[in-house]
Amino acid sequence: MAVESRPLEQFTIERIIPIHIGSLDISYTNSALLMTIAVVLITALLVLATSRAALVPGRLQSIAELAYEFVANMVRDNVGTEGFEYFPLVFSIFMFVLFGNLLGMIPYSFTFTSHIVVTFALALAVFALVTIVAFVKHGVRFFTFFFPSGAPVVMAPILVPIEILSYLSRPVSLGIRLFANMMAGHSMMAVFAAFTVALGLFGFLPLAINVALFALEIVVTVLQAYVFTILTCLYLRDAIHLH
Amino acid sequence: MNAEAAKLIGAGLAAIALAGVGVGIGNIFSTLVASIARNPAARDQVFGIGILGFALTEAVALYALLISFLLLYTF
Repeated sequence: MAVESRPLEQFTIERIIPIHIGSLDISYTNSALLMTIAVVLITALLVLATSRAALVPGRLQSIAELAYEFVANMVRDNVGTEGFEYFPLVFSIFMFVLFGNLLGMIPYSFTFTSHIVVTFALALAVFALVTIVAFVKHGVRFFTFFFPSGAPVVMAPILVPIEILSYLSRPVSLGIRLFANMMAGHSMMAVFAAFTVALGLFGFLPLAINVALFALEIVVTVLQAYVFTILTCLYLRDAIHLH
Repeated sequence: MNAEAAKLIGAGLAAIALAGVGVGIGNIFSTLVASIARNPAARDQVFGIGILGFALTEAVALYALLISFLLLYTF
């Protein structure tokens, strides 16, 4: 039984298959392994669930249909019917983040969304998509987004820089929200686990807190996947409509 | 003041921001309960927005906790 003296040790990346090309290190790490497992699980769930598609769904098909309908309703309500072409992307983002977070709850496993590089890359991809969609759809009129209609023109020198800054901070907040939730949750569980071991006989108290934290972590996992996805939908709505 | 003491004091100071987050989350859920009590039929619509608001406010708590952990463990 290994006692972690530092709660951040669970986030270290280990190379499973070292691959070096020149000076580039593109080894297959435990993070990449978890991402592969997540993708395989999602694909297996969806393919197996619809392999024998019945009108009255069985259990596995129900799970897949629940996930599909949940994200489809989210996209239709927030982006509108003309935004439904973005549904495959939003669904992929939701399932990837959800499975990534959930796989990290397995003991001795690794949460690949607890690294800022992964979450920031996802957030940057969403930001790039939203900006490019806005430019393709509205052209140069995209810049009217930064001046809310109905505001007096004298406020423009103050309002426009603030709006631009808040727009540019979207990928940062999107990435950091997911990263901080995952990292803080797992660090807290590691700290309470260290307390449990250190207190010995009276360790049942931090253990009880750890059990409650575990339940809270699972709620936070699903919630953060939902928040990431619905913010993607809201940014897409901004890009398509309010320009 | 040596570096270790400064780290601990800084981490403690960063956690003060969680007070504002507590007020904010309490505000969200008190309004949620009050609005469901006024109009129980609106529960499904209001609940989703309430949970979204909770998660966004919780994110600010996590930013403060992140700064606290950064000060404690990486500097």
